[in-house]
Amino acid sequence: MSLWLAAEEWQAVGLSLGVAARSVAVSLLPAVAVAWLLARRRFRGRLLLDALVHLPLVLPPVLIGWALLVLFGMRGPLGGPLHDWFGLRLVFSTEGAALATAVMSFPLIVRSVRLGLEAVDPRLEEAARTLGAGPFDRFLSITLPLMSPGILAGAVTAFAAGLGEFGAVITFASNIPGETQTLPLAIYSATQTPGGELTAARLAGVSFALAISGLLLGEWIARRKGRLLGRP
Amino acid sequence: MLEVEIRKRRGDLRLDVAFSSPTPGVTCLFGASGAGKTTVIAALAGLLRPDAGRIVLAGRVLFDSAAGIALPPERRRLGYVFQDARLFPHLSVEANLRYGWRRVAGQERRIGFDEVVGLLGIASLMRHRPTHLSGGERQRVAIGRALLAQPRLLLMDEPLASLDADRKAELLRYLERLRDELRLPIVYVTHATAEMMRLADTLVLLEAGRVAATGALAEVTARPDLPRTLARQLAGSVWRATVVRHDEARRLSVLAAAGVELLTPRVAAAAGSALRLRIRARDVILGLERPQGLSLHNVLPATVAAIHAEADGMAQVQLAVGEGRLLALITTDAVARLALAPGRPVFALLKSMSVDLGEVLGEAE
Repeated sequence: MSLWLAAEEWQAVGLSLGVAARSVAVSLLPAVAVAWLLARRRFRGRLLLDALVHLPLVLPPVLIGWALLVLFGMRGPLGGPLHDWFGLRLVFSTEGAALATAVMSFPLIVRSVRLGLEAVDPRLEEAARTLGAGPFDRFLSITLPLMSPGILAGAVTAFAAGLGEFGAVITFASNIPGETQTLPLAIYSATQTPGGELTAARLAGVSFALAISGLLLGEWIARRKGRLLGRP
Repeated sequence: MLEVEIRKRRGDLRLDVAFSSPTPGVTCLFGASGAGKTTVIAALAGLLRPDAGRIVLAGRVLFDSAAGIALPPERRRLGYVFQDARLFPHLSVEANLRYGWRRVAGQERRIGFDEVVGLLGIASLMRHRPTHLSGGERQRVAIGRALLAQPRLLLMDEPLASLDADRKAELLRYLERLRDELRLPIVYVTHATAEMMRLADTLVLLEAGRVAATGALAEVTARPDLPRTLARQLAGSVWRATVVRHDEARRLSVLAAAGVELLTPRVAAAAGSALRLRIRARDVILGLERPQGLSLHNVLPATVAAIHAEADGMAQVQLAVGEGRLLALITTDAVARLALAPGRPVFALLKSMSVDLGEVLGEAE
């Protein structure tokens, strides 16, 4: 009996980190775009988009996993072409686990990015205009740096939340050790195995430590950047 | 030449404004808050689109609703100094100053970086963040940032409003140097009479979205038909004066203006310097005889040129003094008691204190 992690438990930790990192990498750019649309643009269907983005927060994760199965399954309307043209199989794969995690944490990133964007004083962008900066120029030189605390905080929160995504991942990507068995799935498996209590406890401890450090890191980044940007 | 014609409905304000002013020179938009000053300046900058009208600067059309032209702000090349500075908080003072500068081609940089930094006295602030600056420092950096974008016209929206009196005086000196040394046309928004009197070449008086009067400063302020609310604040005479000599023993200066001599408290400018001075109509006292035993220094022989009585019991009396004109604001009762009428010789009495010294127009060596 050891308090230290066994090799396959390390694998689950590593896999979780990888899946969470990939999910953030995939969703960050679209999240910035969607947050910008929601915060700065007035268009028909804005409320609908807003609701759509937030759906994963209120729907059962299993339902999201099922919807992904339907869309990205080998014979699904998106999954079929992806497999035929790019040889990309998402179901029951690490990439699929990352996609399911990305969809689940998308609203978290969008909310955080949007808060960051709404904290940017549009009058500063006006000032940039009078100084000769065109739309893309002033987004890169003024808006993006000023909203970066929101982006970073969103990324870190989504990463921490992504480490623990369960329902959507197990439904869409299944529970394959070394492929899609992330930390929560490994904990679940351990609780289903006779004598797996200690494994479950060790993994739970790791989960807890990772989640707490993620949240603290997010807060720390937001404060530090906030100070750099001249906020109290 | 700056030609402006703007119509815009915005909330309760119905703006309908037209004026033109020579460039270079300082054009003051003057009026109470809500008169539409900021709306006009925002339309000039392109941050606000008029419903109709035309804006032309030195032959270059910036906006013309009839021709469908509306240059975006980033292509107008007008510097805008906002009332609240609006420095970029994530950039150092130096990066703020270089923001517009970097976006202008090298050969178009007429206004030099070191020149502006020296003029505004901000060399020691380069590495600071805007949050660590005082209000006056922030405003000077904002002026520098706008200047370094090499504007064809500088728009200033009450740039001194948030500052205390000392800072105001200091920045006013900088603004005068900008105007004189860089020969940059400036449109200056203010509701402070002192700033307007000191800086303006052309005056645009705004009242409830309309131009109440416009023209050269001295002409507008001497007009007897100004709207009453403005007239009471503004009415006065602006004279160009020369310092004749200083009387050090009495701590007074002798100035020559409009063909007469005036005594004022000792001025800082050297003998021979030219100054602008202003005499407010309400500070002028009229007498039929040369008075004796009074503390005042200036007794100017004058002739009544015209009298405009107003409904509220006040009268504006235009006087010919030497080669100039002097405006006096007195009660209609006084007009009646002294039997004032055009052609009547009188004495205009002026306390030396009530001569407001404006900017020094030219310093003698």
